[in-house]
Amino acid sequence: MSDTALETVTLEEAVLDAKPRGSLREVLTALFEDRLAFVGLILVLLTAFAALAAPWIAPQNPYDLAGLDILDGGLAPGAESPSGKVYWLGTDEQGRDMLSAILYGLRISLYVAGLATLIALAIGMAMGIIAAYFGRITETIIMRVVDLQLGFPSILIALILLAVLGRGVDKVIMALVLSQWAYYARVVRASALVENRKDYIAAAQCLALSHRRIMARHLLPNCLPPLIVVATVQIAHAISLEATLSFLGVGVPITEPSLGLLISNGYDYLLSGRYWVAVFPGMALLLIIVGVNLVGDRLRDVLNPRLQR
Amino acid sequence: MLVYMLRRLGQSVLAIVAMAVIVFVGVYALGNPVDILISPEATQLDMEAAVQRLGLDKPLWEQFTIYVGNVLHGDLGKSFVYGTPALTLILQRLPATLELAFVALALSVLFGVPLGVIAGLKPDTAAGRSIMAGSILGFSLPNFWQGMMLILVFAVILGWLPAGGRGTMVSVLGVELSVFTADGLAHLILPALNLALFKMSLVIRLARAATREVALQDYVKFARAKGLSERRIVLMHILKTIMIPITTILGLELASMIAFGIVTETVFSWPGMGKLLIDSINLLDRPVIVAYLMLTVFLIVMINLVVDILYAVLDPRISLKDMTA
Repeated sequence: MSDTALETVTLEEAVLDAKPRGSLREVLTALFEDRLAFVGLILVLLTAFAALAAPWIAPQNPYDLAGLDILDGGLAPGAESPSGKVYWLGTDEQGRDMLSAILYGLRISLYVAGLATLIALAIGMAMGIIAAYFGRITETIIMRVVDLQLGFPSILIALILLAVLGRGVDKVIMALVLSQWAYYARVVRASALVENRKDYIAAAQCLALSHRRIMARHLLPNCLPPLIVVATVQIAHAISLEATLSFLGVGVPITEPSLGLLISNGYDYLLSGRYWVAVFPGMALLLIIVGVNLVGDRLRDVLNPRLQR
Repeated sequence: MLVYMLRRLGQSVLAIVAMAVIVFVGVYALGNPVDILISPEATQLDMEAAVQRLGLDKPLWEQFTIYVGNVLHGDLGKSFVYGTPALTLILQRLPATLELAFVALALSVLFGVPLGVIAGLKPDTAAGRSIMAGSILGFSLPNFWQGMMLILVFAVILGWLPAGGRGTMVSVLGVELSVFTADGLAHLILPALNLALFKMSLVIRLARAATREVALQDYVKFARAKGLSERRIVLMHILKTIMIPITTILGLELASMIAFGIVTETVFSWPGMGKLLIDSINLLDRPVIVAYLMLTVFLIVMINLVVDILYAVLDPRISLKDMTA
């Protein structure tokens, strides 16, 4: 009932508005009609490719200390080093090529956010469907926990968990999962409640199919469209949250620097004018998040029957 | 109405109790309370005294009653670093955090509502589209990076505004505030903008969505048919209606402002309770972390409660019978 934050708005819009409409092809066509969404999709694909291919396309391995030249430290973007290498995005104080650091950082950021979103999605989906299907006390318990949790800003939940657990990639993933599963649970329950009343569920029950089969094969597929919208928006949120936690010093460890940690590192050099250490990783972060949000925004309009023109 | 309020109050109390129990389990049952609540630099004698005071040598259920008693008395332990009660330490920083949150909230409404209404009235014009694109950018920008860029542009490159701190403050009713001095305002504006930008995007989207719905309603069409000026229609008929959902959401957003203040306060070295929390995490000052947690949970639960009740009072369409679930 009481809930905060932007996600809730997008979430409620998604629940209210997104009903299955047309085939996948129709949705994709409608998606590409919008130039902004197309740009967003290209951005997402590009960054995903860059993250996957980082070891092959990065000019250097930023974590192989033997490959770093301390004499190249603190070079401005585009500067040529004494050894004749050109650093297009400059170097940090240890002579690390920022472009390579960003490509590797992208890997870690996307891995953490992607995996966390998948796990949260799985847990939230299961909880939401179970709540809607069984009703009664099961539903009350699950939804009370969901309501309680949605009352608190996600960053607070993640921060407290990490303050207790300490830093680490696995712990960040846990924190992201814990702070996000409730959104999915709520979305899925809302649409599952609607589906649950329909005849095909009654028919499946008359066939004496197992609860598990009805939930997984009949209920779940019909609850997916609003979930897709919410999940898209939430991936962007997860990427941003991970970066924020790492920036605050409670996120990924120093040995596996995500984009957030790179920016945090650049914070110390900001006031002395070496802006590039913080600016470029931030831009990379911005590009992914904007890309994902553009796609998500359009997806919501496409799946929304009320706004059909 | 009274039944609804009581029920809602009960839920809030339940949330706080749940939180207190979770904290107790985390600190006393799962963790080692000696490590968490007693400074590692304490002497053997101090340590024994603290064990006595907290009842750590007693069975768990007795520890729980002592813990509940302490919490009810506002005794949430002493900071390892400062040696003062953790709660006092946090309450001293509360005004700075609230000042920042309220100024940011005001900024987001002041800019967000007009922009959202424009985008809602003219969704297919260049202005409407660029406002919406801007709002996507606004909530895509990671808060901390956006703050750093504000510092880079306005403090480092242009040198117009200071990069951190609260500046000169004046005492208003015993509370030190920055907002009433020119220097304090100069210090406040960047952090407030940083915190507001995200919410502003949210307000724009809300206002746009609400305006699009309201603009199609019969009473707006009727007002137009009567020949009222566009200005009057927008101000009297549309704006009044859309402010109800926006006000509610904003009330709830105050809670998230306080939480996201952690990030802004860290970037701008704003001496609020969020910065205290991060410093305490880095220094392993656990009593302060625990106290911050308890206080913030309490604040957020209270804010949610007040907003829910206000919402029920403000909007006559909300049937309270439906809200008992």
